[in-house]
Amino acid sequence: MTKTIAKTGLAAGNGAKAVAGLVVDYAPSIESDKIVTIPPRHQLYIGGQWLKPVEGRYFDSINPATLQVLSKVAEATAPDVDAAVRAAKRAYDRTWSKLSGRERGRYLFRIARLIQERARELAVLETLDNGKPIRETRDVDIPLVAAHFFYYAGWADKLGYAVPGAKFAPLGVAGQIIPWNFPLLMAAWKIAPALACGNTVVLKPAEQTPLAALKLVEIFEAAGLPEGVVNIVTGAGATGAALTAHPLVRKIAFTGSTDVGKIIARSVAGSGKKLTLELGGKSAHLIFADAALDQAVEGVVSGIFFNQGHVCCAGSRLLVEESVAARVLDKLKARMRKLRVGNPLDKNTDIGAINSSAELDKIRRLIETGKREGGRYFEPENITLPNTGNFLRPCLFSDVAQADTLCRVEVFGPVLAVSTFRTPAEAIAKANDTPYGLAAGIWSEKGSKVHAVAAQLKAGVVWANTYHKFDPASPFGGYGESGYGREGGRHGLLPYLEVQP
Amino acid sequence: MSPPLPTSLPVPKTHKLYIGGEFPRSESGRSYALTRPGAKRAYAQLCLASRKDLRAAVDAARAAQAGWAARSAYNRGQILYRMAEMIEGRADSWQTLLRSGLGHSAAQAARALAATVDALVYYAGASDKYPQIIGAVNPVAGPHHNFTTPEALGVVGLVFDDGPDPAASAARIAAAIAAGNTVVALLPGPAGGLVAEFGEAFATADLPAGVVNLLSGDAAELAPQFASHMEIQGLAFLRDEPARRIEVERAAADNMKRCVASHGPLLALERVLDFVEYKTVWHPIGT
Repeated sequence: MTKTIAKTGLAAGNGAKAVAGLVVDYAPSIESDKIVTIPPRHQLYIGGQWLKPVEGRYFDSINPATLQVLSKVAEATAPDVDAAVRAAKRAYDRTWSKLSGRERGRYLFRIARLIQERARELAVLETLDNGKPIRETRDVDIPLVAAHFFYYAGWADKLGYAVPGAKFAPLGVAGQIIPWNFPLLMAAWKIAPALACGNTVVLKPAEQTPLAALKLVEIFEAAGLPEGVVNIVTGAGATGAALTAHPLVRKIAFTGSTDVGKIIARSVAGSGKKLTLELGGKSAHLIFADAALDQAVEGVVSGIFFNQGHVCCAGSRLLVEESVAARVLDKLKARMRKLRVGNPLDKNTDIGAINSSAELDKIRRLIETGKREGGRYFEPENITLPNTGNFLRPCLFSDVAQADTLCRVEVFGPVLAVSTFRTPAEAIAKANDTPYGLAAGIWSEKGSKVHAVAAQLKAGVVWANTYHKFDPASPFGGYGESGYGREGGRHGLLPYLEVQP
Repeated sequence: MSPPLPTSLPVPKTHKLYIGGEFPRSESGRSYALTRPGAKRAYAQLCLASRKDLRAAVDAARAAQAGWAARSAYNRGQILYRMAEMIEGRADSWQTLLRSGLGHSAAQAARALAATVDALVYYAGASDKYPQIIGAVNPVAGPHHNFTTPEALGVVGLVFDDGPDPAASAARIAAAIAAGNTVVALLPGPAGGLVAEFGEAFATADLPAGVVNLLSGDAAELAPQFASHMEIQGLAFLRDEPARRIEVERAAADNMKRCVASHGPLLALERVLDFVEYKTVWHPIGT
C-alpha cells in the first residue's frame, strides 16, 4: 500500500499571499487511548514464552508527548540474547525450515490480516510510545505494516522466481536491530521477508520504543506462529552488540545511524555473516524553475517535517534554482506557519513530539550550530507549543553553504537547510556532495530532465515530483555510507537468502 | 655493422604497471623477479607497486568511471568482446608467458587461454542483459510509475591470489566493468606476470584509459591500502587469508565498501551483481 503524509491545512495550489491572510481554527479531535492496554511490565519473548531477564534489570519506556512512563521493559543481557538465539536456531532446525513455502506464507497472511483487524489499537500504541501523530500511524505506518506482511507472504512459495536461473536457500537465524522512528514498520520490514525466506528471527526493538513490537507477539500467537520463530529481546546498544556477536546468527539486519552501522560492520568483519545496513542520510530535494512550485512546496514539507523529521530519508537539504528561490522560500514559510504542532493523539496534528529528551537536546544543539555558522534562520513564530513534552517548532535555514554543518550532518529532526543552484550540473554536484546516498527528490515538469537528473543522482531512492512514498513492492536502501542491501520488493528477498551453487 | 648477438642472450624484460591506459614503472623504482618454478634464471622483472602507484591507479579509475558508466551497455559489451579478441590474437605471446614465465604445460596453457577468452566473451554478453534480469517495474499500490534499475557502484578494487589464474582474473575484471564500474586490480607475486599481457590486450581493445588499472606487487603491503582508500566503493579480497580478511573488512567499513570474499562460480550473473547498486525511481501518474 502506497502511503504518504495526508494533505494538511489548506489545499495545495494556494499561493503564499492567499494563504497568509487566512486563519483557520481547528477544534481538538483527540483519539481515545482506551483502545489499548499496556501492561505495567514487559518481559523478554523467547521460544514462545515470556521470560524474566537474567540480570533482573528493567528500563522505562516513556511517552515523549507527556514524559510519563508507559511501562517497564526488561533489559536483555548476553545470556538472554544467547537463549533467544538458541530458541530461534531450534525453531529453524525443527519446524520452520521443515515447512513448505506455502505453509510459511499462510502464517504471514494470517499475521497481515490480524494486523489489519487490530490496526487502530496498534496505531494508538505506536503514537503513545513514539510521539508521532495519530494521523501518520493510522494512515501510513500501520497500513504499511499489514501490507508488508501481505506482500512477503506471497513470496514464500515463489522464491524460485526471485532471480531467474539462481537457486536459493535460507540462512538460518537472523538478528535484527531496529530504530525508534518507525518502530512497527521497521519490525515488519525486517520480520516479513526473513520469515518468508525461511529464516527465524531474534528482533531487538529500540529501547525508546519497544512496546508496539512486543504487542505484535499477541498477533503472532493468535496466528499460531510456531514458538521460537520470532523472539524479541529488548535493551539498548549492549543488547544489540550481544546479538550481532552471537556465533549462531547467520544474518544481521540493522537500521539506524551510520556510526553504529560502521561499528557493526567492523564487528562482523571476516565472519561471513550476511549484513544489511540501512543507515543515515542527508537527502537532497531539487526544485527546478520549471517545477509546479506549489506541489513542490508540499513535497518539501512532507519531505522534512513528516514524522518530526525523524526519517533516514528525510529531504533535509533543499536545493532551489536561483530564479525561483525567493518565491519558493516565501511559499514554504507560509506553509510552515500552517503546520500544527502538538498532542500526537489529536487527529489534526501535523507534527508530534520529538522522540526523546536526548534527541531534542541534540537537535537544539545542531540548530544553535546552524545559527552560529551564519545560515538565515526561520521558524513559524505563530506556532505555540504545549507546555510539557518534547516539542519543537519546525524550522529552516536559508543561504546555507555546502560546507556548513547543516548540509553535512544528519539532524534527524524538523530542520531544513536551503541553498540555491544555477544549472542542473551544479544541482547534481551539490546533491551528490555527501558520503550518504539514501534518497533524493526532483521537481520539474520536464520529463527528459527528470530522467537525466534521476540517472545521475547517487541515491537508492529517487522521488520525482513526489516525496516520501513507501510501498512493500518498492526496494528501499542507500548508496555509500547510507548502508547496503535493499528492503522491500523482490530485491528485499536477496539479503535473506543464500545463493546455491 | 656489427654481427648480431647470439640468441642465447635474450633481452631481459621488465614488465610494467598498467595505469590510466599507460605503462609506467612503479614510482618507487622497486621491482621483483618472476621466476618459473624450477628455473634458474628469472623470466622477467615485475614492478613492485607502491601505495602511491595505487593512489594514481584509483585516481585514473575514478576519472574514467562516470564516462564508462554513461556509455551504452551495448558499447561496453562490444569493447569486452574486443578484449577477448585481442587476447586471442596474442595467443603466442600468452603461451610464452604461461609456459616459460609461469610454468604451465602446453595443454594447461591452452586451457587457461581458452578459459580467459571465454570469461571475457561471457561478460561481453552480460552488460545489456543483467539490468533486464535484475531490474524491475514494481507494482506499487498508488498512481505511481516505480522502477528499479541496477547501476555501477563506482571504483572496484580486486585483490587477487598470488597464484596466477588468468581466467579467474579476467572474469572478475570483466564482471565489474560490464556493469560500468572501473577497476583497480592487484595481481600480487607471480600473478603479477599477467599484468603485462592483460595490459597489452586491454590497451589495444578500445577500452578507455583508466577503466582497468593493473598493479603487480605485494598483497601484504597493498591490501590494507585498498581497504582504507575512500575512493574505492567495492572490494573483492580473493585470498585465502582469514586474519587479513578480518583486517581488510574492518578497514573497509570506514566508507562502507561493499566487500566480497569468495570467488564463487566464475561465469555467473552474481559476479556482476557483487558490485552494483539498485536505484528505485518514483514518478506520479496523472494528467
